[in-house]
Amino acid sequence: MKTFLILGAGTAGTMMANKLAHHLDQSEWRILIVDKDETHYYQPGFLFIPFGIYGPDDVRRAKRRYLPQGVEVIFSGIERIEPDAQRVILTRNSQVVYYDQLIIATGTRIVPEETPGLKDAGWRQNVFDFYTFDGAVALSKFLRRWPGGRVVVNVAEMPIKCPVAPLEFLFLAHAFFHERGMRDKVEIVYATPLPGAFTKPRTAAVMGDMLKDRGIHLESEFNISEVDNTRQVVSSYDGRELNYDLLVTIPVHMGSTAIQNSGIGDALHFVPTDKQSLQSKKWPNVWVIGDATNLPSSKAGSVAHFEADILIENVLRAIDGLPPSACFDGHANCFIESGFGKGFLIDFNYDTEPLPGKFPMPGVGPFDLLKESEANHWGKVMFRWMYWNLLLRGAELPFESQMSMVGKVR
Amino acid sequence: MSNKVIAGVPVQVNAEGFMTNPAEWTKDVAIEIAREEGLPELTDAHWKVIDFCRSTSEDGKSPTLRTITNGTGLTTKELFALFPKGPAKKVAKIAGLGKPEGCV
Repeated sequence: MKTFLILGAGTAGTMMANKLAHHLDQSEWRILIVDKDETHYYQPGFLFIPFGIYGPDDVRRAKRRYLPQGVEVIFSGIERIEPDAQRVILTRNSQVVYYDQLIIATGTRIVPEETPGLKDAGWRQNVFDFYTFDGAVALSKFLRRWPGGRVVVNVAEMPIKCPVAPLEFLFLAHAFFHERGMRDKVEIVYATPLPGAFTKPRTAAVMGDMLKDRGIHLESEFNISEVDNTRQVVSSYDGRELNYDLLVTIPVHMGSTAIQNSGIGDALHFVPTDKQSLQSKKWPNVWVIGDATNLPSSKAGSVAHFEADILIENVLRAIDGLPPSACFDGHANCFIESGFGKGFLIDFNYDTEPLPGKFPMPGVGPFDLLKESEANHWGKVMFRWMYWNLLLRGAELPFESQMSMVGKVR
Repeated sequence: MSNKVIAGVPVQVNAEGFMTNPAEWTKDVAIEIAREEGLPELTDAHWKVIDFCRSTSEDGKSPTLRTITNGTGLTTKELFALFPKGPAKKVAKIAGLGKPEGCV
């Protein structure tokens, strides 16, 4: 009996467990998945919690519900990954698991400790993140009673999970304060290390105009050096200071501590991965998917989903002794919620930045690309249902894993 | 993509002014680009960072700020002092490398 081990039962790991259970001969292969947490979070939903649009129960389910029969589940942390010995040591009872094939899907986590002062007295008092369940819930309680003032939304360092989420947060905050009749009592500042509102030029221009129209001040190329919560000031390395009453931080992102402890990651503990085959750059029987990779693609669920279609093909070939052939093109597809029941949709890959036009989808589409519309908002709302009921279970979705130019306008 | 003559050497640069062929780079090219970027003199500390970036670059792309601080032992603050504003981008330009990846 051979062992196929998956580390991490988040979006990417769960999809791969479902696909492997479907494809592998289970008299020959034992499929094992390890995760430290029994709860699966719908992470795109965290964004909506601070504004009371989603409640806690909209975004969490038991992980086991989404893992197929025939897949063994161990709830434990990971002590070390030892690819040379083809084994992983778990924190629970120091259990040792040997594998024939390994998928690393350990994701990314926020590390606010990396920014001096960020986790001091103000943490979860008037300094919040919304990239964790606890942070989003704490912020929703704070916002319910906040009388207004100056809110600074800060991205500490790239890369971050879902690079559009900070923009969505700003748009939703603008709408939230407007609808509560207190927009005039709130000043909104967006401080980002990027030169503009987004990473890719055309989207940056469109989003920059959106911020301007909403009276949101953009502080670009702001590389945070420290937070002083006594003075309620964030400083940048080039000497700028921003006062805040409320600080919403998107802290530094890093790979899992298991990657760090095993010494198999880069400076941010992301695993060096071939950007097309998704094979580890060092070990041919180690594969990496989702936020755990060091790929120059967005860290987003849609990326993990497109990668899963490629990865299943390549691991099945590897099992048959063939070299990888399927190529990931960096495809990402993101709805951007812009408030007041509207949204954007962007679709791009390694080489093609998000372009305007139409995004065809059988049955429900087409959706407008790089343009605000009500349909895009409903697309995002509908997506939560697709996530729980189709995507996690590895079902086919009406999206191609390779980006298509159909409908796009250069 | 366009051609440019820097310090008497013809080099290829992209729309943002980053060199596209690291092999065309020389130390004189670096000194000239540094001047254009507002750095009149390159000290030993500057060269330490430039050399690190050139020796660790993959596919002609410059390493990220964090890779530079980890690899050279300099702090982020020191890097901002050496290469004001965006050190990672500025070093990449001077070292004749592409912008660091990971900005997506």
